[in-house]
Parts: sequence; C-alpha cells; structure tokens
Amino acid sequence: MMRAQMESIHRSQRKFSWIALGLGLLPVSALAQDSGGPTVSNGDNAWMLLSTGLVLMMTAPGLILFYGGLVRTKNVLSTMMHSLILMAAMSVLWMVFGYSVAFGEGNAFFGNPAQYFFLKDVGTTPNADYAATIPHQTFMLFQMMFVIITPALISGAVAERIKFSAYLLFIVLWVTIVYLPLCHMVWGKGGYFNWALGGQMPVLDFAGGTVVHISSGVAALVCAIMLGKRDGFPNEPMMPHNVVYSLIGTGLLWVGWFGFNAGSALNAGELATRAFSATHFSAAAAALSWATVEWLLKGKPSVLGVASGMVAGLATITPASGFVTIPSAVIIGLAAGVGCYLAVTKLKSTFGYDDSLDVFGVHGIGSIIGMLLVGVLASVEVNPAIAATYQAGGAPVSLAGSAGQFFNQLKAVLFTIVLSGAASFIILKIVDKTVGLRVDIEDESVGLDLSQHGERAYNE
Amino acid sequence: MKKIEAIIKPFKLQDVKEALNEMGVQGMTVTEVKGFGRQKGHTEIYRGSEYTVDFLPKVKIETVLPDDIATKAVEAIIKAAKTGKIGDGKVFVSSIEDAWRIRTDDRNNDAL
Repeated sequence: MMRAQMESIHRSQRKFSWIALGLGLLPVSALAQDSGGPTVSNGDNAWMLLSTGLVLMMTAPGLILFYGGLVRTKNVLSTMMHSLILMAAMSVLWMVFGYSVAFGEGNAFFGNPAQYFFLKDVGTTPNADYAATIPHQTFMLFQMMFVIITPALISGAVAERIKFSAYLLFIVLWVTIVYLPLCHMVWGKGGYFNWALGGQMPVLDFAGGTVVHISSGVAALVCAIMLGKRDGFPNEPMMPHNVVYSLIGTGLLWVGWFGFNAGSALNAGELATRAFSATHFSAAAAALSWATVEWLLKGKPSVLGVASGMVAGLATITPASGFVTIPSAVIIGLAAGVGCYLAVTKLKSTFGYDDSLDVFGVHGIGSIIGMLLVGVLASVEVNPAIAATYQAGGAPVSLAGSAGQFFNQLKAVLFTIVLSGAASFIILKIVDKTVGLRVDIEDESVGLDLSQHGERAYNE
Repeated sequence: MKKIEAIIKPFKLQDVKEALNEMGVQGMTVTEVKGFGRQKGHTEIYRGSEYTVDFLPKVKIETVLPDDIATKAVEAIIKAAKTGKIGDGKVFVSSIEDAWRIRTDDRNNDAL
C-alpha cells in the first residue's frame, strides 16, 4: 500500500520530498502549487472510498457465500457467521486500538497503541506518510476492511466443528498478536519490512501477501491440525451443499479484489490501473491452469475447480499486483492454478489434515508463490518508486526483480510462517485450556447452526 | 388383491404412469427414493476430493389392484420402464388382505 506514496507525495504539494528523492518522472500538479498542508484530491478520495466498499464486499457477501456454499446444510449459518461477526468485532477492535498498533508510529514491529487510541486525531487531513491525497480517515477505513477479511479467511479451516466462543477468542488474540504487528512491519511507518518508509529489510508486498494471505493461510493450517478432523473425515462424503453460492461468491470476490489490489495504490493514478490489470489477468490465467490440470488428472474440468483457480490467482497476485507487468501477472496466475491445485489435492491428502475449505492450499500456498515470484518479476517500469526509494548505507537500492530481492522475499515469507504458525499454536493452546476448541460430538453431528446459534438455514 | 411396488428410473415415471392409465389403473402412490442395486453409485469430485455416492435417486410406484389385472399391470410397467441398461429397477408383488376407502367405507375390490 505504501508503495504508492512516492506518487502520492508527488501529487500533493510536497515538492521538496519529491525533488530530494530525485525521481523527476511525473509532472507536478498545477493544483498543488501553494499552501502548506497536504490537500485532498476528490478524485483519489472517490476511488478510495469505492475501493473500501469493494473490500468489505469481499467479506460480505463474497466470502460468506463462497464458504457458505462449500459446507454441509447443517453448518451454513455458522460458517457465514464466522465472517459476518468479524465485520462487527474487527471494526470495534480497529477503532479502539487496532489502527494505532498497525499504523501508529512506534518501533519496527508495532505502532504506539496510544497514538490513535479510539481513532483520536484520525481526521480528514491527509497523513502524508501513508497517502497524501486522501483523508487520513479514508486510509483508516480502507485498511479496516483488510483486518475484517484476513481472519475471516481462517474460518474456512475450522468450519463445521469449532465452538463459537473459541472462534471469537482465537480471532481477537490472533489479530492482536499476529495481524497488527505484521501489518505494521510491512506497511507501517518505520516497519521492519517497509521499503518505502524507513524499513530495514525491503520486502515487496503490494496488497497483503504476507500480511493477509500467508498469515491467515498458515494460521488456518495450524488450526486444522490442532482442532483435528471433522467427525467422519475423510471417509464420509462431505460435499459442498450449494456450489451455486460458491460461484456467486467467486464473482463477488473477483470484483472486490479490484478494490483490494488496485485500491492499494492509495490513489486513482497509473499504479491503480497497473494493479487492476495484473489482478484481472492473473485470475484469468489461474482459472485456466487449474481447470487444465484437473481435466488432465481427473478427466473432467469442474466448475468449482475453475472458481477455485480464480480465487487462487487473485490471492497469488495480491503481493505482486502493483509491481509486475501483464505478462508477468499471467505467469504468476498460471503458477497459482497449478501450485494451489496440487496443494489442495496432493498435499492435503498426503498429510491428512482437514483444512476444510482449503485456506492454506489456496491462500497460503498461493501467496507464497506470489511473494517469491514478485522478487524475480518486479518491474521498475510498472512501479518507478521501487527504483531508488529504499536506501542502504546512504545509497539507493533498486528492488526490481533480482536474486537479492528474491531472498528478501523468501525471508519475509519464512518470518510470516514462523510468526503466524507459532502464535497460532500458542493461542490455540490457551483457548483450548480456557473455553475449549471443539463442540462435542453430539453438537457436531447435529450441526453448528442448531447447536451454536439455535437456527437452521433452510426451513420447510 | 395384489400390491405392486415398482422401483424405476425417475425419467421413466411418466411412461409408466401412462401405461398403467391406459390399462385402467386408477390410482397410484409415487415416492422419491434413493438406493442401489447392481448399478452401484457414482463418483463426484470436489476440489480433487473424490466422493462415492452410493445411493442413486429412483422413483417408487405403489399401487394395489384386483388379482385379475395385476400380472398385466406388471407387464405394462416392465415394458414402459425398460431401457435395457443396468439400473432399470425392480418390481415386487405381494398379497393384500384388506382394503378400505375412507370416504365411503367400501371394502376390498370396491375400494380400489
């Protein structure tokens, strides 16, 4: 997200920053000649408010339908609830201290929780560090939608068997201990991995490969293993109860992802268009490669396979979307379809874990692929800011695709896996000892809709 | 009186109903059922996970008839429901002791 700010700064009146950075590539806006403070661009703000809405739409009804369709009839509502409740719970957490820990000024690992406590001082004046042409509040809202969808992704691995109280407790702790610090490290000012704002190790993650998808994918894997398999898995048939829901959800996710990735440009400029293109073509390529592999190995191209390929392509391009050309996006998409297909079939059956809705296989594996490939494929033409913004020892360092950047990406991936994996393990232990993780076998066989919420999705 | 229970392929229901109507059968009860015989089930694949579906959808027709037309009715059902492929279904015939029509208190053959 911050990777756009060279452009943003430039488009405001902070000419001194711009000149000091020696990037004279874009014309200085005529609107931005006078007055001191940063000015809001109505065009940028319009796009960012729309993007904010699009990202929320990914959770509801996008993910709600996508996941809800994949479970059995008796667990539809509980699965939808796992996403729905986070729209409320995460918004409050974000307002109280979440935004401050993620984007407040602190150290390399987390921000000062007091700085924006209860969104104090988050008004309409732009925060030039993050996005110089939109109200600070718009930036806060946009980022809030990410803290809603990230833990909602995890819910796919615990579906059909987790206790609702355990789910809530786990998510609140996980977001506090994993998401907020990781978000600060990658996108926050002074964050360890933030190449654009004083970080120590430059990591390219445009819209959330580490922060959103690998972190949630790894947490999902740990949850699936520690929670154990659903009763009857894998011998009893547990077919998706409504693939049509999942297909509608897929469409909403794809469209919403334009807000997620292109919105991460944080303005309505050229970079948003670049990210939009990369997002679209990666999803298309991944759908085709998933379906092709399935057709070859299983004899039929399934509809759910095409949809899964699309989501895999979207998750995989997320970290790369603002850094790669369209042909590179197609390569990333093709790799996503094949890699994620193998993960949800071979990897899952080899190790026998019950990642019920394939969160790790699609989001975790997908974004690992994306994070590594952007280290090789990042292009200065797509994102001129990566040419010289990051400095080491007083000298600018280009972050364009190279062996060195590939290893930086690899380190960030490994760090994310260890952080999210270890923290998830500890949090699950705590939750297990306090409220207990799973419903009992009787409640599981009745279904979580009735046993946890006292309702049924389909009556009559 | 005989009760005829015929388990047939769902798409043959209309043909069987017409065949029975033509020979004068005036009523029947139809139920959607699931089961398997020699046809066994089929395989469904969701995201690479294969599920064997053992129970296939079939339709069960039940009708109770006077003894003299029961055999003819069975023949009509078999003729109408046959595709010659595995999974065409089965017909069972059993004896019925009593029958009543609720509205009129008619008994046995009069009630059919």
